[in-house]
Amino acid sequence: MGSEWVLLVIAFGYLGLLFIIAAWADRRAFQGRSVIASPTVYALSIAVYCTAWTFYGSVGRAAEAGPGFLLIYLGPTLAMLLSPIVVRKMVRIARAQRITSIADFISARYGKSSGLGALVAAIALIGITPYIALQLRAITESHAVLTGHPDYAMVMDAGYFWSDKSFWVALVLAAFIILFGARHLDASERHEGMVAAVAFESLIKLAAFLTVGLFIVFVLFEGPGDLFSRVVASPSLVERLGLSAVPGGASGWVGMLVLAFLAFLTLPRQFQVLVVESVDERHIFRAAWMFPLYLLAINLMVIPIAMAGLQLNSGGDPDSFVLTLPLGAGAEALSVLVFIGGLSAATGMMIVETIALSTMVSNQLAMPLLLRSRWLRDAGSGVLARWLLAIRRLSIVGILMLGYSYHALIGDAYSLVTIGLVSFAAAAQFAPALLIGLYWRSANRLGAGLGMLAGILVWAWTLLIPGFARSGWLDDSFVHFGPWAIEWLKPQALFWLEGLDIYSHSLLWSLGINLALLFGISMFTQASPLERTQAALFTGAMAPHQFGPSALPRGKTPGGALRALLERYLGGAAARRVFVDHPLRNDDDAAPPELIERTEQALAGALGNASARVLVDSVVHGEPPDLDTLLGMLDSTQRILAMNRRLEQKSHELEEIGAELRSANERLRELDRLKDEFVAMVSHELRTPLTSIRAFAEILRDSSVLTEEKRAHFLEVVVRESERLSRLIEEVLDLARLESGRLTLNPQRLDLVTLTRHSVDALPSLHKTPDLELQLDIGVTEAMVIGDPDRLEQVIINLLGNAIKFSDDAQPRIRLFLEQAKRGYRLGVEDNGAGINADERERVFEKFHQIHYQGDGTVHPRPRGSGLGLPISRGIVAQLGGRLRVEDAPTLGGACLVMELPPAPPEESSGLGEGLPDPAAEAKAK
Amino acid sequence: MMTPRRRERLLGLTALATLLLTPPLVLMANRIQGGIWLPIYVFVVWGLVIGLAAWLFEGHTEE
Repeated sequence: MGSEWVLLVIAFGYLGLLFIIAAWADRRAFQGRSVIASPTVYALSIAVYCTAWTFYGSVGRAAEAGPGFLLIYLGPTLAMLLSPIVVRKMVRIARAQRITSIADFISARYGKSSGLGALVAAIALIGITPYIALQLRAITESHAVLTGHPDYAMVMDAGYFWSDKSFWVALVLAAFIILFGARHLDASERHEGMVAAVAFESLIKLAAFLTVGLFIVFVLFEGPGDLFSRVVASPSLVERLGLSAVPGGASGWVGMLVLAFLAFLTLPRQFQVLVVESVDERHIFRAAWMFPLYLLAINLMVIPIAMAGLQLNSGGDPDSFVLTLPLGAGAEALSVLVFIGGLSAATGMMIVETIALSTMVSNQLAMPLLLRSRWLRDAGSGVLARWLLAIRRLSIVGILMLGYSYHALIGDAYSLVTIGLVSFAAAAQFAPALLIGLYWRSANRLGAGLGMLAGILVWAWTLLIPGFARSGWLDDSFVHFGPWAIEWLKPQALFWLEGLDIYSHSLLWSLGINLALLFGISMFTQASPLERTQAALFTGAMAPHQFGPSALPRGKTPGGALRALLERYLGGAAARRVFVDHPLRNDDDAAPPELIERTEQALAGALGNASARVLVDSVVHGEPPDLDTLLGMLDSTQRILAMNRRLEQKSHELEEIGAELRSANERLRELDRLKDEFVAMVSHELRTPLTSIRAFAEILRDSSVLTEEKRAHFLEVVVRESERLSRLIEEVLDLARLESGRLTLNPQRLDLVTLTRHSVDALPSLHKTPDLELQLDIGVTEAMVIGDPDRLEQVIINLLGNAIKFSDDAQPRIRLFLEQAKRGYRLGVEDNGAGINADERERVFEKFHQIHYQGDGTVHPRPRGSGLGLPISRGIVAQLGGRLRVEDAPTLGGACLVMELPPAPPEESSGLGEGLPDPAAEAKAK
Repeated sequence: MMTPRRRERLLGLTALATLLLTPPLVLMANRIQGGIWLPIYVFVVWGLVIGLAAWLFEGHTEE
């Protein structure tokens, strides 16, 4: 198609546009009017996740492996849902510790260890370079398809590297990245221009992909209905959309989901845009749904394009369906747009990834080596700063050239997706150290380092080396038969584990050993004090007020030495910024710990935490406090804390005691009032019979003209009233004993049936009352209970007496029943009297309460008792562990009082006497 | 910004999404007749989860 030159002009023109956007955003940032301080731009910058791999490779994967490609985007969706918890914590830590990359983050978490930082940087470099190569390859291939040289290998063989367009693309990108990514030294400062350009590219690739998708669905076909009805008509196509097309089936599905979830958080470029470039942690809330929406949108057209490609273009490479379909339909302008979209996807990834990797390489690999050189350390102001910048720029060019060489050498041995997934699995090795270190305080450097090392070795054996073998670099017999024919070492069936797809297999083993070592070693080794401090700061990052400067006391240093250090590495302006908050009168004054901390942080922003630590330590003179001093301080703090806690506890106890006293006092007052009431009532009750006795006695004394009959009657009244009086006094005494707990019962096994019959016989008024009809319903032959026979008899007689008193005057009938109940025996007495109103039923057990009403509400002519019988009875029954209450009369319709008593325990245990449960004592205890 | 209630809902939503997008529920979607239902199921669940997340993060911030 068309002129190759036109295409080149368009491509490099587009890169030029990126320069302009980035320069504009940088200028705006300089003026303080940032264009990237928006949650939408943040979400779009995260979309750097969608690379050329998404743009071309997703269609290829959908055509070959069905809906499996979606997992690469569902994993990040789940990760983003959790981002308000996980990513927010990382952003907050990165802000406080001036983190510059994922290597710096992991190094800082594990005691600012330079070894661990170097390990992460090295793994990232090895694991991610193929991914950069993949982008270059996608650009070259799409260009070749567009210019009509689909046989890419031929182009590569025929020419030299300078005739390869991707070489020049790599160089232009290097220039761009140096300009917008490594202009100044402080890597923790945000690269606003770069982020703006990447967000813009995210828009372009989405628009391009959606446009080509709509074109294919609505121009090449007559809408989605048409396309899918044709798909349904072809069983081979339908089969590609099911789970059976996904490599590894259900387990492959889960493995891929986990892989994408972890890689999304640990890929260096994702860490860069998610954490390092984050302007405001509140943006995360918007991005948590907007970025998944972006993923959904960019994947919406993948299946239609793949299905269309398989129907219309069954011979071609599925990876380039996005281009070949519009080309085949003659839509050249559209295919150029697609090319630009692909270019956006590829360059966006390369820009961010290269910045992230170059920061790691210069800070974690080069810088620790440089610091060993005495000559450099002692060099004059600014020399080292210049060196560092040069290293960072060189590493940018180096990384891109490394990617280019990989691309040129490996060529097309892999499909796009394969390379991407290998890189994902490498990045996933950071996940245990990163994520577990974020929440588990005891994770330590040794565990994290060895876990990662073992994980990456397993990754290399199970994924990387077999890949080399497949591309023809190595003899591939060891893949099929195992090295030296050791079968259980077969790289893709380690320990005979077969049946998984190669990625799930590799992930299972590498992450498994990574986690096992991280947990196992951390649990059995001790971390250094600095490491423990850092661990506490990282895990507790979300606790309010926790993230102050970590003021671990350091040795002494004159402030001037710190100023010199800052000037030498960061330049005068940066040094002045640090010293603004901590003005020093004299360069020889000892610097306060905060100033030392601040200096270290400023250096960390440029050089990484580990190097900053080494540098600051080099000027801090005098003994840093040793472990004993530190532990002593910790100890005294803990003692004060413990004392505080004890004081708090004491005051709490005092409060409780006060409350108890108050309530006891109230109870006493209440009792006092009750006692007064009781005394008043008793004296009133006693006065009534006394008055009549006295009146009749005076009549008898003073009047001599009384007839014999009258005299006898009066004497009778005096005797009756005296009896009543003595009964009353007896009852009052009983009640007093009962209430004070001095009523001594004599509990013993007794048969309630015998006792009841005996009580009935002993009640005189039963026989004196004329026409009284007594019905005895005793439904058991024996009812053994524990009780005091005299007292129980008193209760039964009281109940019977009450029933007689309140039964119908004209035709008195009462019924006594004794029956087996669920828990013990029920003895009830009912009568055919007026009954007791529902609201009176509890009040009849109050002292001196008299029923003054009949059923019809008229006042009863005479209160017929002292009003103490029932309270006493209830007290006795309660002491025996039973209950006494008023119920509805079952047959006679009057009042019915029921006593319930628990059964006696079986004979053999009670016969011993000891261990006999004493219901009376139990009731008392209650 | 991150009340305990919202945190609970967020974790709940993530658990729900994980459940819906992994076997065995995915296996069930795969069994539906016609063959093209698995991708449709995934897209519908995906959209639903995004909608719920948007509601969770954008709505009632004053809570």
